[in-house]
Amino acid sequence: MQLIDLAWWQLALAAGLVLALAVCTQLARLDIGKTMLIAAVRTVVQLSLIGLVLEALFAVSALHWVALMALVMLLMAGREVTARQKRRLTGGWAFGIGTLSMFISAFSVTVLTLIVIIGPEPWYAPQYAIPLLGMMLGNTMTGIAVGLDRLTDAVWRQRALIENRLMLGHRWQEAIGEARRDAMRSGMIPIINGMAAAGIVSLPGMMTGQILAGTPPTLAVKYQILIMFTITVGTGFGTLAAVLAASRRLFDERERLRLDRLTARSDAH
Amino acid sequence: MPTYPAAALTAQGLRVGDLSAVSFEVSPGQILALSGPSGSGKSRLLRALADLDPHEGTVRLDQMQQSSTPGHVWRQAVMMVPADSQWWADTVGEHFPAGAADDLDALGFGPEVMGWQVGRLSSGEKQRLALLRAIAHQPRALLLDEPTANLDPDTTAIVETWLTGLARRHSWPVLWVAHDPAQIKRVADTHLRIASKALAAVPCN
Repeated sequence: MQLIDLAWWQLALAAGLVLALAVCTQLARLDIGKTMLIAAVRTVVQLSLIGLVLEALFAVSALHWVALMALVMLLMAGREVTARQKRRLTGGWAFGIGTLSMFISAFSVTVLTLIVIIGPEPWYAPQYAIPLLGMMLGNTMTGIAVGLDRLTDAVWRQRALIENRLMLGHRWQEAIGEARRDAMRSGMIPIINGMAAAGIVSLPGMMTGQILAGTPPTLAVKYQILIMFTITVGTGFGTLAAVLAASRRLFDERERLRLDRLTARSDAH
Repeated sequence: MPTYPAAALTAQGLRVGDLSAVSFEVSPGQILALSGPSGSGKSRLLRALADLDPHEGTVRLDQMQQSSTPGHVWRQAVMMVPADSQWWADTVGEHFPAGAADDLDALGFGPEVMGWQVGRLSSGEKQRLALLRAIAHQPRALLLDEPTANLDPDTTAIVETWLTGLARRHSWPVLWVAHDPAQIKRVADTHLRIASKALAAVPCN
């Protein structure tokens, strides 16, 4: 089965609709027309570039190029995790903890899935490895960012309470326990909800894409189930690791709460 | 309560915030009143003694060195009671180690108080329960930050008598941050005042 080719002028029709929407929002004085057009242009530029990169990558299919691509994706995801936190750990810890947690969760689950479950030849075949890793990172990133943001925000607001527990001789793990559990839950709830709603409320994007490309729906469903599970595992373990590490960093070796290790984001994001 | 040998609380060259290095000792069963204008660093001094803020200098409880004791062990022994107590669970009883407190009646509570909702406590009730909660964790020294700030005169008198009696009975060294000169006269054995970033002894009776 062959996917119907899309010509650029056909995309231009869709772009025209976006433009029409932008004009309407401008007439309604919503003041988001410019932002929308910039975002639309970014979509075109960024996706075209990644398309070229992927074509080149698929052509060479060498492990070191795939690894380099994966590394760049990981670092970009780490940067995004850092940017999404209102109060973040200073001294590179926010980036370090986020990136390391994604590395140990998203990377290991992706490699495990490739080698043990899907088994393409070679195992790092970019057609499988890059989209899989991309979906893993995208979701893990969201979970970790939400978890860390909730943790630092809760600690900032509950400072007096946590310190009162410390005064009573509680260990730091007990003193921050409630905030930590809450942060871990927040990071994992979206993906749990996603699993619960899959197929009923939404047709997941990857499955839709595969069906459009001519894959039999039953096979597309199997892939989607696999992806949902691996994303859940990656997000879950990544969030656990990140929140654990960050909560440890919020206390020093004397078990003092160190809010001076947090800094508020300067730019309005 | 298990009995420990009477211990003195000693600070040497303690430096925190703007305050210049201070040294003092509180003997077992002695109450040291600490006064000074607001913002002069009284609470920060207590926080340093409880090891909640980074600081210079050494603090000892008898032979126990602050710096060589795990943080939670030290704070359980040298217990600070903040001016504004915090409650994290729904009922009062959940904040007490064994779910119940001694000495409830001494501060005018019955056993049913353990089932009370925290959200419905008045500030005065919170303050008295925070003291009971601290005692229930079996400290060996007390750091009290204005322990009667939210209490009416009658209750203040009851709490003063109760606390001074406790300190004597258990031979606890007590640091008591207070504003009211009359209260300091009633409870304190020694009185230190923070003036121009240094501690100065004020004669007591």
